[in-house]
Amino acid sequence: MTALLALDDVNVFYGPFHALRGNSLTVGEGEIVSLLGGNASGKSTTMKTILGLIKVKSGTVRFEGRDITHASTRRRVIGGIASVPEARRVFPQMTVDENLLAGAYTRSDRAGIADDLERMREHFPRLAERRRQEAGTLSGGEQQMLAFARALMSRPKLICMDEPTMGLSPKLVDQVLDEIVRINRELGVAVLFVEQQAELALSIASRGYVLATGEIVLQGTARELLDDPHIQEAYLGKANPS
Amino acid sequence: MGRSELTDTLIAGLLRGNVYALGAVGISLVFGVMNVVNFAQFSFFGLGAMLSWFFVSELGLPFYIALPLVLLICAALGFVINISVVRPLAKYLPLAAMLSTYAVSQILDNVSQIAFTAQFQVFPEVLPTSNLAIGSTRFGTSDVVMLGTTVVIMAAMALFLKYGKIGRAIRATSQDQEAALQMGIPVGLVQNVSFVIASALGGLAGVFIALYVGVANPGSGLNIGLTAFVAATLGGLGSLVGAVVGGFVLGILEAFGIHFFGDTARQIIVFVVLIVVLIVRPGGLFGKVPLLSAEPLTGTFLGKGRPLRIPRWVWPVAFVVLGVAVPVFGSNYVLTTGTQVLIYAIIAAGFTVTAGQAGVLALGQAGPIAIGAYMSAVLTLYLGFSFWIALPLSGLVAAIVASILASPIWGVKGHYISIATLGLGIAIVAVIQLVFPQGLYNIPVPTFFGTPLSTPLAYYLIDFVVLVITLVIMWRLRRSHLGKVISSVGADEVAALASGVRGRNYKALAFAVSAFFAGVGGSLLAHQYTYIDPTIFTMMMSLLVVTIVILGGVGLSYGAVIGSIILIGAMELLRFTPELRIIVYGLVLILVVRFRPGGILVRKS
Repeated sequence: MTALLALDDVNVFYGPFHALRGNSLTVGEGEIVSLLGGNASGKSTTMKTILGLIKVKSGTVRFEGRDITHASTRRRVIGGIASVPEARRVFPQMTVDENLLAGAYTRSDRAGIADDLERMREHFPRLAERRRQEAGTLSGGEQQMLAFARALMSRPKLICMDEPTMGLSPKLVDQVLDEIVRINRELGVAVLFVEQQAELALSIASRGYVLATGEIVLQGTARELLDDPHIQEAYLGKANPS
Repeated sequence: MGRSELTDTLIAGLLRGNVYALGAVGISLVFGVMNVVNFAQFSFFGLGAMLSWFFVSELGLPFYIALPLVLLICAALGFVINISVVRPLAKYLPLAAMLSTYAVSQILDNVSQIAFTAQFQVFPEVLPTSNLAIGSTRFGTSDVVMLGTTVVIMAAMALFLKYGKIGRAIRATSQDQEAALQMGIPVGLVQNVSFVIASALGGLAGVFIALYVGVANPGSGLNIGLTAFVAATLGGLGSLVGAVVGGFVLGILEAFGIHFFGDTARQIIVFVVLIVVLIVRPGGLFGKVPLLSAEPLTGTFLGKGRPLRIPRWVWPVAFVVLGVAVPVFGSNYVLTTGTQVLIYAIIAAGFTVTAGQAGVLALGQAGPIAIGAYMSAVLTLYLGFSFWIALPLSGLVAAIVASILASPIWGVKGHYISIATLGLGIAIVAVIQLVFPQGLYNIPVPTFFGTPLSTPLAYYLIDFVVLVITLVIMWRLRRSHLGKVISSVGADEVAALASGVRGRNYKALAFAVSAFFAGVGGSLLAHQYTYIDPTIFTMMMSLLVVTIVILGGVGLSYGAVIGSIILIGAMELLRFTPELRIIVYGLVLILVVRFRPGGILVRKS
């Protein structure tokens, strides 16, 4: 079985700075995979690479077996990769509904879009209540839900989420993680997400990759990683008393 | 003011405001999706007027055919400008992109001047202009049609942005470009569409102003454009509702200003409004997002590089060639050209501390140059000062006056600083024109113990000595502690602030130093021309100073000498006409900014 998304030996440079060092990773269909690592370890760069926001120096990115290494972001969205950007980045002066329509920009099937809009309102009742409200006036948690719904509007097979729990209260973090699982189960969408807190991430992911200074230093199933002494020391030890 | 005068003025304000609103919407639209202030937009006002005059008066086309044709040409031109000049720079160097659009606007204005001559052309009355009346106030179908068209266009724009697919994409892009990109929105297309719409609106505004004033002129775009920009800022850059409101508010303010104080008050009013907005509410009336935070750091407006190594022997050789060989062997023609080269080198070398070290892209150096020239003329003509005293004194006055006038500017950043200094330059010249409408004649030539120094050779030598002094001062300043602090502000204002350096004070100081040398240069010009009037101190002069500095390298005072030799010396020796020169300056500016952003003496790093 070929993976949904496969990065193979990918190198990325920012000028002279070697940001990704020959990284390979895969996400299977319907899978939840987590990217872990400290600051400036290359997590966001990996996400940007998958979304086609930065140029790859060497290596390949494949989606459903097709080479998309040099495809534009737009083509990737059409192909089935959606994104929940870091810090949510909803369009603040557009209404909730308009944000959702922006998410469906690459589609032109009016009936299908209307259906999906309805589905999103069912799935996220809070957003239905606030459909005519400007997105900038929503709470952080609601904005996160909107960012999820907006990404789903392109009918993706894979959603890339860059730190979806950033800046949220612990209670909301749990909600967001539950929501990721729900999206994954109910809609069958694969999720690749970046998370700082390893234990939380691995509680919902089936597999994980650990990045350090641009290199994947560890990978495995959630269980393996949770049991790994390096992980325990670096992420689950005293640094994270929860 | 009687009642009929009031309605007269109000109607005049509405019609002017109408034009500004159309222009401001275009400026706001492009700023929203590209984060670049598009000066090229300014030219479309002049171009729209001239093209429609040409089609209707010269080719005899009916107006209803000419108008769409004009809009089409403007739209197409806007598209070309975007893909060739703005887009390649907008993402990484928005201020460099802005500078390029400034150059484009100068090129367009002057091409149009070559094509249509600089004459004011009488614009035909295509619709009756005074067949209607409210009370005793007369107006015409033409006025009603213009206002009506604007209302229809604005309504259409609003609907398009609210419900159109591309319209929504335009809004999404202007609110968060990167997020829009991640939604699969074709940002490039969105930017092109915005540019095309803006350019067509600019052309339409130009046609309207010609219909309203009854004359058309290729150079009229800049003033209208600047006003439209101030209208957009007043409303809040990026806000389209704000642009419309700002346009009408400014139009009405201006109409009353002109009514009470005459036409020259116009530019002063516009500048005052700009400054008040920038101080009180830089986001504008309707700006929801604090746009200033999205501005790039001022110091990063051009790419950084490493200056070429200049071998030591070059300095004495250059000194001997410029200071001995040229005076001894040069003909009067060469020497006269040489004085121009030297004076601009002085002004430009003084400007490097502002543009290069402090990282402030000031666009209105003609202002302090004019102050220096007039100060020196007044001191020697009316107060009996000797030239040698008047020379430094006029530099000092230019520095003080320009600093006081510019003091509100330093709190703002990026585009705003450039536009504000541009407006300042224009306003200074406008004030001078108010005070001395006629120009000054018989400005005394310098004397040395009673001997008049009026030969080209004497002028050349005076200028040469002043240039050498200027370069030494700039060199000492650069190496001093103060110079390093100023450079740190230019390199990274936030970091400088974190180390306790208040950036705005040092920017102001750098600007004062530059204004001093601009004033000295102005004084030298005045005494060599022996006649000055406000038409000498144009936008072209400001553009020239900026181009010289950028060509030679923004941070290198000796680069200014080279830039001046190339841009003034070569142009003069090639005997280019003034219009052609500006076109060359513009092209040089665009090419340097694009391909060698540090200047010819700086290797790209």
